[in-house]
Formats: sequence, C-alpha cells, structure tokens
Amino acid sequence: MHQYMTYVSLAVYAGSFVCYAGILYIPNAWLGRLATFLLASGIVCHYFALLERSRWIHAVPYDDLYGSMSLFAWLLAVTYLGLEFLHRQRSVGALVTSLLVVWIALVATFAPNKILQSSPARGPIFALHVTLNTWAYAAFALSFILSLVYLLQDRVLRSRHAGAAFWRFPALDVLDRMSRSSVYVGLSTMIVGVSLGFLYERRLTGAIIWTDPKVLITLAIFAIYVAYLALSRASGWRGARAARICAFNFAVVLFSYTAVNMYFTAFHRFL
Amino acid sequence: MASTTSSTKPSTAAPRGEVQIALIGCNHRTAPVEFRERVAFSAEQARAAATSLRQQGILQEAVVLSTCNRSELYGVPGDSGAAVTEAMEEFLTSFHRIPRSDFDGRFYRWTGRDAIQHLYRVAAGLDSMLLGEAEILGQLRTAYSQALEYGSTGPVLNRAFQGALEVGKRIRAETEVGARPMSVAFAGVRLAERVFGNLRGRTALIVGAGAVAEQVVEHLRNRGIGRLQVVNRSLDRAEELAQRMDGKAVPWQSLESVLAVPDVIVTSVSGSEPVLTRPMLEAALAARAGKPVFVVDLGVPRNVAPDAAGLYSLYLYNVDDLGEIVEQNRRAREAEIPRAESIIAEHVSKFEAWRSALAAGSIVDELRAHFQRRRDELLRERLAALPLISPEERQRLAEVTEELVERLLVEPTERLRKTHSMRGHLGALDALRHLFGISEKHRKGKAGDSGDGDE
Repeated sequence: MHQYMTYVSLAVYAGSFVCYAGILYIPNAWLGRLATFLLASGIVCHYFALLERSRWIHAVPYDDLYGSMSLFAWLLAVTYLGLEFLHRQRSVGALVTSLLVVWIALVATFAPNKILQSSPARGPIFALHVTLNTWAYAAFALSFILSLVYLLQDRVLRSRHAGAAFWRFPALDVLDRMSRSSVYVGLSTMIVGVSLGFLYERRLTGAIIWTDPKVLITLAIFAIYVAYLALSRASGWRGARAARICAFNFAVVLFSYTAVNMYFTAFHRFL
Repeated sequence: MASTTSSTKPSTAAPRGEVQIALIGCNHRTAPVEFRERVAFSAEQARAAATSLRQQGILQEAVVLSTCNRSELYGVPGDSGAAVTEAMEEFLTSFHRIPRSDFDGRFYRWTGRDAIQHLYRVAAGLDSMLLGEAEILGQLRTAYSQALEYGSTGPVLNRAFQGALEVGKRIRAETEVGARPMSVAFAGVRLAERVFGNLRGRTALIVGAGAVAEQVVEHLRNRGIGRLQVVNRSLDRAEELAQRMDGKAVPWQSLESVLAVPDVIVTSVSGSEPVLTRPMLEAALAARAGKPVFVVDLGVPRNVAPDAAGLYSLYLYNVDDLGEIVEQNRRAREAEIPRAESIIAEHVSKFEAWRSALAAGSIVDELRAHFQRRRDELLRERLAALPLISPEERQRLAEVTEELVERLLVEPTERLRKTHSMRGHLGALDALRHLFGISEKHRKGKAGDSGDGDE
C-alpha cells in the first residue's frame, strides 16, 4: 500500500511545527495564523491518509498498532485545534506538533504494507466504540502535555529565573483551563465510547464481561480523571499538584494503551 | 555625512535632482533636561513652526517631533537648497529665543540616508532612553498625524513617516526589542499575568501608597485589573490614591481581614519588620480555597516575610528578584538590536530606492527639456538662413525634430522605469547631468527658457 498522503500530512505537520516554534521567538500574528492553517491542512491530509488505509483494509484503521497510532495522532491534532480555537492560545502548538511529527514519522516508517489479520469485530457501533476511546486517549495525552508545561512554568516562576520562552508560554491559569477542557473532551468521548462497547458486547455475547482487564482499567482511568477534575478545584490540590495528578493519570492511560492491550486482555489486543 | 556638533558641519546641499530629508534635533543623550525643556514644542508651537518654516521657504515639508526625551525637526529643503540644516537651526534659535551658542554640541544634524535611518531607529525605540519602549511609536504617529492635518507634509515626509511607523510595528512584532518588561513595576505586573493570564476581573491589593506603588497601580490599571484596594498607614493618602485610580481605600487595621480577597498583592511600605507574615498569608490562602496569590514585595527592608515564599499557591517576588528579571530582559533586548537594525536597513534601502526612482524620473524631465532647448536653438539658427521654406515645411521640420527628441528618450526612460533599485546608479545620473551640462542654473532657469521657445 502506498502512503503518499501519510508523507504529505507529515510534511504539512512539520511545516506547522516550524511555524509554531517560530512564534515562540518571533511573535508574529501571521506566522501564528499560518501555523494554525498548516495544522488544519495537515489534519485534512491526514484524514485522507486514514481514508486510504481504511479503504485498503475495509475497516476503520485501528486493527493494528500502526493504524491505531495514526488514528490517535489525527484525533490528538483535532482536539488540539479545537482547544486552540476555544482558548485562543498557540504557544503550546510547537510541543503538540513536534509530537505529531515524530508520531507520524514512526507510523510512516514502520507501517506494514500487508494487511494484518483483522479483528472479527465489525460494524458501526464497534467502529465508534474504538474511535471514541482512541479520541479519549488522545485528549488525555494532550492534557498530559499541558500539565507538563504547567509544571515547567510553575517551576520557572518559583525559581524566579525567567528565560526567553517563559514569556511566550501561556499563563498557568490558561494551561490549567486548557488541560481541564482536554480532560472534559476525553471523559465525554470515553463515556460514549465505553457505553457503545458495552452495547456491542451485549449484542454479541448477551452479557458484559466486567472482569476483563481492559474494562477494569478503563473504569479506573475514568475514575482517576474525574478525581483530577474534582481536585483541580479543591483547596490544597489545585495548581501544580493537580497537574502532577494529570501527568500520573496519563501514565495509567499509557499502561492501558500498551501493556494491557498487548498482554492482559483477550479481545482488546491490537497486535 | 553628519555630526552631533556645530563645529563639524556636514555638507547639507541636496544633490541635484535628488529629494533629500534633513533633520536637526536633540535628545536625552545630547542635551540635559533643562535644555530639552527650552526647545520642546507644544502641539500649537509645532504647527506654528512647521507653517513658518514652509512660508519662509526653508522647508517644503516639515514635521516636528517633540517628546520629553527629544525635540526633532524633520524637513525636505525648499528652494534655499544648500545649508538647510543651518537654516533650520537658525530658525530654531529665533523660534525658541535661544542663543546660537547654546546649541553647540547639543544638536545633531542628519541628512539623506542618515536622517531616514535615524527616524526609523527612533520609531523602533532603539534611540530611546528605555531601549525598545513602545510609547515613542505613538508619539511619532501623533506628530505625523498632526502635521498631516495642518498640511505641512508632502510626498517625501509622508513616505518617510509611514515607513517609520511600519518599521516600528514590524520590529515590535518580529523581534524582542520591546517584548519584555524593563521596569520593576511593570515586570511585577507582567509576572502576575504569567500566573493569571488576563488580569481583567482580578483583584489587586496595594499595601502602601508611595511612588513605586503608584507606578504598579498604573500598570495594573493599564492591564485591565478588575478591582483595586489600597491600604496605607495614612488613610488619607490611601484614599487619595484610590480615588485617582478608581479603587477603594481600606484602613490599615483591616489589612489582615482583606488579605483573602486579592489575587495580586503589591507591598511598598517602609518599616523594619515584615508587614505580611507567613501565618497571615497562610490564613489568607486557606480562606480563598488555595487559589493562587501573586505577591510583589517592593519594600526595602522587605515587607513580606521571606519564609512565605514556601507557601503552596503563593508566588513571591521581591525587588531584587524583579531587578534581576529586568536586567535579563535588558540583555535580551540588547541582543535583539542586530535583528532590529537589519529590518531598519531593509526599510532604509526601500526608501532610498523610492527616492532614487524619483531622481531618475527627474533626470528624464531634465534631459527632455535640455534636448528641446537645443532643438529650438538649432531650428531658429537653421531656419533663419532658409527664408524660402514655407510655414508648412517649417511646421513639418519642427514636428520631425520633436519626434526625434522623444524617440531618443524612449529607451532611457523605459530603462529607468524598469530598474527596481536605482541607488547604485545615482552617481551615473550625476555623470549624465554633467555630460549634458544640465546644471542647477538650467533647472532654475527653465521658466525663463520656456518663454524663448516655440512652446
């Protein structure tokens, strides 16, 4: 299978990264708009790359790790673009797009050119279940990035040694709000995605297997992010401590996305 | 080309055919404030000076830029031609009634490229006392707008000042020359924005009503702070400041009870003991459910107990911390000067290219007039010796020779029009003038010549 569109989207994301990095040093409004435009263009190109792969495997491209990674990156980009419009902040764009570039480069380099044996699970409910949960992971990844930036900014503020980039990154309050917005997106998509998963499983087997490790860890993820949202407003927890919780939560998400998928679950395995 | 003293007077004669800009002025580097006060212009005075300079024929176009740190007079020379900066200086001595000797060493004089470069550096804030300060761009815009209103500008100064405003905007957008706070008061406010983002809707408490506190209040107001409370040992002074800044005065005794409200606290009171202790701030943070507080301690000795810096959700900066940041910012701004200078050089070259194109256009006109004069002279001489030629034939000869002159000029005119940058060719233009004997005398005498011709 050719991956022309993947390479095109990689190039456009890279251009967007250059512009986002540029505005950290040259605060030019047009450069910022160009960065956003390139990101949006990258998302469109990436969509066609996913569509290409989808046509090739006759399913939403999440059956293998590569397709799943690509879908994850696309949803991360979409979520970030939404947050950028919502909060009118471009200064974390460089971090997000750099991650996208590395991620897509890995996908483009290691994606197999043969169809892997796909999961027997099919249908729109299943497709939505997987896509929405991947979206939730992408949103949590974004909140993780924002929390890291928050912790970095907080440390710089406390050290009282403001460097060049310090004045360019968003204020702590903005980072906090962006992170929470991202978690709201993640939790919303996760609720719908998990519900659809239960619905699909019930239709398929007539029951819901609550003891599946993937189900258990997903519920745990849900709980820890709800706890984060609650604590981020609580006395003694808001600010840096909440950001640390958010960063820790993402470690659990990563564990779920990798180790649990590969070794602990029977029917959520992507490899 | 230029000097900053009267002793080494530069040649200010405008080269023939070229449009020159001349400037004389003084600033914080060349003159003390006592002198700058004497040569400052009010808006009305600026208007009167510009009008008078044009009426006297010293300048065709004039703009006066007068701020607390500089008084500058920009102009395009009128018919008086040479030594325009001397004429401008003469004018200023009489306008401000200052002895000429007082100007020595305090005024700089620039012409041509140097004057434009100076104007662009001023717009960029590179010539300001506080490197990169933004206020000068607004002052420049105001000076230009006023000059535009009373009609003392023309194509050259319009081009120059519009270019300067563009340079100022570009440099502030593309470099860090004006990006970071350069005063302790402003640095404190900008740091508060690093915590809260927009200060709109936030509350500030000012402890102490001295001059530094006043500066902070002004910056807070400019950045849109929502509510302002002022507490001072003297309630009268607090009320005075609060009234002026649209805030609320709080009695000194109520300090502890109001500490839970503000997001930003600025202290600047004298006293050997800290005014805000760790337990006071701890209680305030607890009362506001751990919401962050940004504290700027401008007092010496410090007004906030140093151990309060360890409180979670509290960001404490004292005057030394802010001073260090200001110093870092000053170095960062200075590091940006080369980038700013390259933008200025780019725009100066653009202006020079435009100016050269004007000069090139002017020489075509001069050549045309020169050839027409020669043609007229030739026709008069030859036709006087040929009395038998009929009026129709004379007319035909006149038309053919005129067409010849036009054809001869078609190619050079086209070339001049197509040349994007004529800067390197200015010497050649002068050589061309010299070659054809097109002198200042001819140009000035054009009116007289035209009366002799057929036209």
